Amino acid sequence: MTTTAPEAGRLEAVFDAAVAADERIEPRDWMPDAYRATLVRQIAQHAHSEIIGMQPEANWITRAPSLRRKAILMAKVQDEAGHGLYLYSAAETLGTSRDELLDKLHAGRQRYSSIFNYPTLTWADVGAIGWLVDGAAITNQVPLCRCSYGPYARAMIRICKEESFHQRQGYELLLALSRGTEAQHAMAQDAVDRWWWPSLMMFGPPDDESSHSAQSMAWKIKRHSNDELRQRFVDICVPQAASLGLTLPDPDLRWNEERGHHDFGPIDWDEFHEVLRGNGPCNDQRISRRRQAHEEGAWVREAAAAYAAKHGEAKA
Amino acid sequence: MSPARATPAPLGTAAALALGDDALVLSHRLGEWAGNAPVLEEDVALANMALDLLGQARTLLSLVGDEDELAYLREERAFRNVQLVEQPNGDFAHTIARQLYFSVYQQLLYGQLAAEDGPLAPLAAKAVKEVAYHRDHAEHWTLRLGDGTAESHERMQRALDALWRYTGELFEPVDGLPVDWTALHDGWLTAVTGVVEQATLTLPGGPQSGAWTAGAGRQGIHTEPFGRMLAEMQHLHRSHPGASW
Repeated sequence: MTTTAPEAGRLEAVFDAAVAADERIEPRDWMPDAYRATLVRQIAQHAHSEIIGMQPEANWITRAPSLRRKAILMAKVQDEAGHGLYLYSAAETLGTSRDELLDKLHAGRQRYSSIFNYPTLTWADVGAIGWLVDGAAITNQVPLCRCSYGPYARAMIRICKEESFHQRQGYELLLALSRGTEAQHAMAQDAVDRWWWPSLMMFGPPDDESSHSAQSMAWKIKRHSNDELRQRFVDICVPQAASLGLTLPDPDLRWNEERGHHDFGPIDWDEFHEVLRGNGPCNDQRISRRRQAHEEGAWVREAAAAYAAKHGEAKA
Repeated sequence: MSPARATPAPLGTAAALALGDDALVLSHRLGEWAGNAPVLEEDVALANMALDLLGQARTLLSLVGDEDELAYLREERAFRNVQLVEQPNGDFAHTIARQLYFSVYQQLLYGQLAAEDGPLAPLAAKAVKEVAYHRDHAEHWTLRLGDGTAESHERMQRALDALWRYTGELFEPVDGLPVDWTALHDGWLTAVTGVVEQATLTLPGGPQSGAWTAGAGRQGIHTEPFGRMLAEMQHLHRSHPGASW
């Protein structure tokens, strides 16, 4: 379909007015190509993060130390698969398919959150992921519930409810360890020591280095800057760490009366960029595992498609 | 009709451990799929069934002891699950064949228990609904794989054949379970045959058990992979004696 120049101008004006009025853009509405591409990139990255994020936690399902914890962890990993499903569906409303997005993930052409390139070395890491990683994710994602793109905003409402449940479960897991035996307390502290800085990196590079931020803020896909959200997260975590009886591994962390916020020490952005470049502890492992699961499942997907074609069944 | 049918006695340990261990061990095996399923919908479905089974196991084990002590501190020889449920996941066809054989059995078994007045009736009435979904899931995948591609057909047939010898044990009477085992076996065979034939597959022809598998799991005789499964499952709990989690 071709659009004449005056027509394109009119459509763009309608779109701009809708965004300005905080209305939702829906799949059938006209939208700028760059807006669509930005959303596909962001939603895909988010969906990929959900499914790659299953790996470090699933790593402990078979070793969960009580049946209650095992049930909680399995339910959590199942929720993540469910979040992946909603998000791939949201991306599909923008004219892309799940298969296409998975191919890009497997080929290394789309990203997932770098946090999942860190290993889960002990049981306490399951708690640290819930408390810190899910906590950081919620801080990032709550504003997305008001994102200008309707299907993404609606998916995020549901996801945030479940994520906040996971965050509380992680906190509660760490609390049990912190108040447990000496060895359990040490396990919890060690996990927090290892996950704290990578969690702060989840908000992305500092505002003056963030390449996509300004346009995303203008389109109301993003509502707050990386640094604002990072500060909010630090301010939330400090009292929670105190209640847990655990320390955060930052000697510069202190309350700044004047700013009304906690000051914190410098983040090692070299580490962040190294992990982003593929040199984190688990980058290869995570993507190989994902590719392997996909390749090993190919014959199953082919069988489902062949059966559906023979019997007129909806595709599995 | 077995003599036990007439006496709805309090739940015996043997009965709770048999059913509870079946559910516990199969739940663990299904949990191993997390993140590795052929499609995302199956990650959700397999986890869902693992959670149902874990819930059943926790209820059953709690009826006769502390669920964590029973799950984490018993040795391999003290587990009373059938050998079928401890078999490794294998490819997706093996998992589906194991699910088909077991979920049909479990649904018919819980169906009988739900109809009795015994101590397991409330649990069975709830579980039978969950298991109906497990059976539906297994039957649909048996059809898709059996009647899908040449490769899936061959894999599904191989899986049915490989696990067949573990099915006889399902029908060995368990002390204290008011079940008509002959009717259970007949119902199971009819249902499984129906699905297998509809899926253009062949019901395995050999015996349903060997000398080594007949009733063995219920007596604490297991297969080699089970020991490794327990080692993984129990190691953290056992590394911190007396700790709470």
